[in-house]
Amino acid sequence: MNTNYVQFTEEMKSTHTLLIPNMLPIHFRLVQRVLENAGYKTELLETHGPHIAETGLKYVHNDTCYPAILVIGQLIDALQSGKYDPHKCALLQFQTGGGCRASNYVSLLRKALINAGMDDVPVIPLGLSGIETHPGFPNSVPLFYRMAHAVLYGDLLMAIVNQVRPVEKNKGEAMALCNKWTDVLVKDLEHGINARRMRKNYRAIIRDFAKIPREDRKPVRVGVVGEIYVKFSPLGNNYLDDFLVSEGAEVVMPGLLDFFNYCVYNGIMDFELYHLGGAKHLMNRIAYKFLCAKQADMIAAIKEEGTFRPMTPFTHTVDLAKDFVGHGTKMGEGWLLVAEMIELADSGVMNIVCTQPFGCLPNHICGKGMMKPIKEKIPGANIVAIDYDAGASAVNQENRLKLMLSAARRNQDG
Amino acid sequence: MVRNLNNSALDKHTHSGLTMGLDVGSTTAKIAVVKQGKLLFERYVRHFAKIRETLTGLVREAGKIIGKESFTAALSGSAGLGLANAAGIPFVQEVWATGEVIRQIEPDTSAVIELGGEDAKIIFFDGGCDERMNGTCAGGTGAFIDQMASLLDVTPDELDELSLQHKKLYPIASRCGVFAKTDVQPLLNQGASKADVAASIYQAVVNQTIAGLAQGRKIEGRVMFLGGPLYFCKGLRERFVETLKLTPENAIFPEYARIAVALGAALYSESASDRTWTVDSLLESIENAKIASTSARTEPLFRNQEEYRAFAERHAKATVDLVDIHDYSGNAYLGIDCGSTTTKLTLIGEDCRILYQYYSSNRGNPVEIVRAQLTEIYNLCGDRVNIVSSAVTGYGEELIRHALGVDHGIVETVAHYTAAKYFKPDVDFILDIGGQDIKCFRIRNGAVDSIMLNEACSSGCGSFIETFARSMSHTAEEFAKKGLFAEAPVNLGSRCTVFMNSQVKQSQKDGATVEDISAGLSQSVVKNAIYKVIRAHSPDELGQNIVVQGGTFLNDAVLRAFEREIGRDVIRPAIAGLMGAYGASLYAKDHVPAETNLISRENLISFTHTSKTTTCRGCTNNCLLTVNTFSGGERFISGNKCEKGLGMANANADVPNLHEYKRNLLLGMCPDKVPETVGKRGVIGFPMALGMFELLPLWHGIFEHLGFTTVISGNSSRRTYELGQFSIPSDTACYPAKIMHGHVERLVAMGVDTIFYPRLTWNIDEHASDNHYNCPVVAYYSELLRGNMDILRNKRFLYPYLSVNSKKELARGLFSELKPHYSDLTKAEVKKAVDAGFAEYDAYMDSIAKEGERAVAWAREHNKPIMILAGRPYHVDSEIGHGIDKLAVSLGFAVVSEDAVYRLADTPDVHVLNQWTYHSRLYRSAVFATQNKDVQLVQLVSFGCGVDAITTDEVKRILENERKYYTQIKIDEITNLGAVKIRLRSLAAVI
Repeated sequence: MNTNYVQFTEEMKSTHTLLIPNMLPIHFRLVQRVLENAGYKTELLETHGPHIAETGLKYVHNDTCYPAILVIGQLIDALQSGKYDPHKCALLQFQTGGGCRASNYVSLLRKALINAGMDDVPVIPLGLSGIETHPGFPNSVPLFYRMAHAVLYGDLLMAIVNQVRPVEKNKGEAMALCNKWTDVLVKDLEHGINARRMRKNYRAIIRDFAKIPREDRKPVRVGVVGEIYVKFSPLGNNYLDDFLVSEGAEVVMPGLLDFFNYCVYNGIMDFELYHLGGAKHLMNRIAYKFLCAKQADMIAAIKEEGTFRPMTPFTHTVDLAKDFVGHGTKMGEGWLLVAEMIELADSGVMNIVCTQPFGCLPNHICGKGMMKPIKEKIPGANIVAIDYDAGASAVNQENRLKLMLSAARRNQDG
Repeated sequence: MVRNLNNSALDKHTHSGLTMGLDVGSTTAKIAVVKQGKLLFERYVRHFAKIRETLTGLVREAGKIIGKESFTAALSGSAGLGLANAAGIPFVQEVWATGEVIRQIEPDTSAVIELGGEDAKIIFFDGGCDERMNGTCAGGTGAFIDQMASLLDVTPDELDELSLQHKKLYPIASRCGVFAKTDVQPLLNQGASKADVAASIYQAVVNQTIAGLAQGRKIEGRVMFLGGPLYFCKGLRERFVETLKLTPENAIFPEYARIAVALGAALYSESASDRTWTVDSLLESIENAKIASTSARTEPLFRNQEEYRAFAERHAKATVDLVDIHDYSGNAYLGIDCGSTTTKLTLIGEDCRILYQYYSSNRGNPVEIVRAQLTEIYNLCGDRVNIVSSAVTGYGEELIRHALGVDHGIVETVAHYTAAKYFKPDVDFILDIGGQDIKCFRIRNGAVDSIMLNEACSSGCGSFIETFARSMSHTAEEFAKKGLFAEAPVNLGSRCTVFMNSQVKQSQKDGATVEDISAGLSQSVVKNAIYKVIRAHSPDELGQNIVVQGGTFLNDAVLRAFEREIGRDVIRPAIAGLMGAYGASLYAKDHVPAETNLISRENLISFTHTSKTTTCRGCTNNCLLTVNTFSGGERFISGNKCEKGLGMANANADVPNLHEYKRNLLLGMCPDKVPETVGKRGVIGFPMALGMFELLPLWHGIFEHLGFTTVISGNSSRRTYELGQFSIPSDTACYPAKIMHGHVERLVAMGVDTIFYPRLTWNIDEHASDNHYNCPVVAYYSELLRGNMDILRNKRFLYPYLSVNSKKELARGLFSELKPHYSDLTKAEVKKAVDAGFAEYDAYMDSIAKEGERAVAWAREHNKPIMILAGRPYHVDSEIGHGIDKLAVSLGFAVVSEDAVYRLADTPDVHVLNQWTYHSRLYRSAVFATQNKDVQLVQLVSFGCGVDAITTDEVKRILENERKYYTQIKIDEITNLGAVKIRLRSLAAVI
């Protein structure tokens, strides 16, 4: 660990702009607003195109995982674009801890900055396992509390948009409504968090989407699971969402909250398996209960309104993994990846895309390594593993997806 | 032509009349026209990337039979995707199309294996339909066979003929084409018979298909073989049938094998769309289809002829004078560069001018080429020219030296630097891109300062462009010329050649021309060299005076792309392809022996060369040796990893080798078979792979104390890997993990019923790093074993989550895991056992440290350099490490391991998160190397190790900050040590 990192000071809060790589199109606009409300200047990077991966390949070891190449490429590319003053920028990097090499993203970003001659740009790791201190950006509980709510809204919007998009009569209507609601919620978040208002918003959102005219057909449902970045980020998965919708399929994507919850749950498991982290473990239990209760609120709202299918409660998802993989198998997406595949199949979504960066270490075990046992226990499961990489061609990916879709349609007909 | 498919199902399906199926794969296009169960027309042609033209040609031809009748149509195949969308023709995914056709025509089929140009597919019908395609990394199949054929300098048909005459099979890496090539080339250079190599290539395809696609699911019952390669290659069929142990009636090679997908598309077209076509309307749609280009394009290499002329003139200056050998008399110096794919010769006179030069592809037998050339040279020399000294360099150095009595054998780096200096005395950077290697040397103060070579994975350089050119029916030269004035070169990425292949496929789909592809390939080769091999971030990192060379740089498109990418002019000698040979000539001139040993003109006439192969029984490595015998009885043996195979006593028996020391200690700890009498709690087996290579003493101590008889699966070999190959679900995992499957198989075969390999999120905390994790693969591989190895189902497989950092926690975890199975177990007993285990572990680690100290002292006493052969504990395994430790010893190094010396240095300021126990030792041993002049560090990296993508840059930085050499060796299942030898010899040459 390099102890000589550039700190993000109090003063920088007013002078510097935080550049944020966009991982989830819907969620991150809300998260961005939470940061703005906390007094930061922010810029969400929506850049795309092959030059981003190329910049990444130039500054990151080419065998490093694809998400690192993209995220670092996007940030360096932004700094070099001339659009921002690099001396007035700080970079925000989402960071999970743990034994996967992904915990090195911040270090790799700093190395890349040195090689690009911009080592004075502060990098702020945003995550639950913060070891660094940045006076201008305390990794505080209230901030996470607010972010968790932004993520809840994001999960709701994502789940509903996914259900409407393939069957909407007027193309683009669901996305437009989603954008409209994002603007509303962004304003709403300025007023702090209020549980009653949230529930009211949930219902209003659901009712609004229910009004969108929809075709009366049952689209083939395709679940998307995988490594957190390539699963969610269109830049990472070559616009997988759009591709599947263009093929007439409905995307079913377990939410971001589940990943948060997974991280928290792992803290609980560390205590149960090894008696690690005494006091922290109590915090984890509280956080777990809180997040599950919040999700239950949202699920209740969806169920009561009746138009859309709700997400599976995390508490149920957790239980599903245990016949396949232990809850202590926690690097990368670990057991969650397996649990989500089972959860999808369990709720009738037999067609699953398992997205992974080429050569992803945890996915050797919890992705490709679990296909055989899953297919054995759930014979109809139609799972395709897709590798994403700077060198992997879209035509290969599309061809494999088309194979999965052909089988999906056959199974639906037959 | 008209053939009855003889099946009523097909008949039923096509009742309404005429249908057409088109299939465009990566290299070929197929058409099938069906009417009422009858195949009216079929064609199978190569499309040479001209997809639209080829398709219209096929449709026109079919039109002669169809006439004015209307029909339904569908398009299939990976390269047909874009066109189908643009032309409004229904698209059907090819594996699905195959499944459909077989389901209808041959309903009693159990499985289909289909090999195409670049895809491999398996469809299982029995017990739940399952359709699979190869992953991203699995390389090509048909295209791979084509590449291999051109490597052997035969046509694919001849390759097939040859394979049928084989006598033995060599292990050839089956995972990916690039790897396989790395194995094939040295075999050829060592004189293995082409017939054997041909059959081995097919076997590699078979293994790849089974291991990569079936992934543990058994292929049995009636198996249908489809696709072009399986239709044409009898030898390939033979290998499949033999490997899968199929009876003749269960191995089906149908007549329509190569057009099965087109047939499927034809069948599908009716249900897909009501739209009907006539030949004319279909042609019109195909011709007018506007394919949107999605693949990225780059700037042209040259804007106009003017720019090219200036460029050509500038480079024309770097020449060597040639002299007609007929006009010369006096002494001459012979240089030979026997490379992996090409052989180069130069003969120079006293003034360093070239009297004779030769550059040719090896065509599989370098000895014969050099013999013929030498005969020619002797004829030209007459009595006027006297060859007084000779030198040879390159892969085939030893072979040629023994065969023809060449005076000097020199390392490639030395040869190249010698030649580059001649052109640019102040050269500070040399980049050589040859047929198979990329070599870069940085020169500082007149000496080679650092060496970078490409890794096995990105080894497709010159030969890649060449085979690609051939596959598009151009010579390499024509192909390069086309690239020069491409209007919009395609951006093909820089990862590896297999990826490039599919990028090319994508760009073809988008309508890129041969010109654009040629220019794009040149840029990729360059980017690969700069960003992957050299890992440069700016041109200044390369140097001020750059000399580029190697046959690949004779390609002006590559040269231009390179100058463009680094933004600087460089020097390319006119003899860029001959630099190794020229350097050898210059070296020979500076080192003239009293009398040359080079084979005389007389002896050359009666010179003969035969080779045969045998397996060395010197040790457990079981090296496959090639024994070359030359006239006069001189023998040369290659393929060996140590001296034993050469019939020599082990001269280096007393040189310390920590890898061997650790191996002996660990493998001697437990028996590798079940003994006659066993302990009160029975037998427990440890698979000897991954983390077991360090924690075995701990588990051994614990379980022996508990009254178990402990056994291990023993030493690994290639055979171990093959034993477990078929249950590996992820072919891109590292070799040390994949070999685990074989070890489990072995334990089961031994009759062991209880197998132990725990899940360890954390490793031992050595209190010198930010955290002490295991990597995800070491930590959780047992999850994967349980899920994928059926043989574990009725065994007691114990894989608890354990903590090895607290005796109390470890005892608690073990007790709760074992108690249900061993009811008489007590907590106190387990606690004591854990104490005993840790005592044994500590003793083991201490003994390694002591042996490390002894090794260092011994080396200093005997004035030998010390090599830290650093990696992970499991790299000492003789199969995973491929005997590199022995090679290092034979090159004069005393070998220590990272865990023997890391305690001697403190943890440095590491710029990455230092959170893995094994990896933090690397940083510390690198520091130890920087603190000691006589210590060099060589890092072993397993291919696919994601964590090492992070550690290698860091170790390199630590070493290079203190002006130490950094040498990295990527290892995988490849057994060829040629490249490793060059690397280590280069290191030995510079220190």
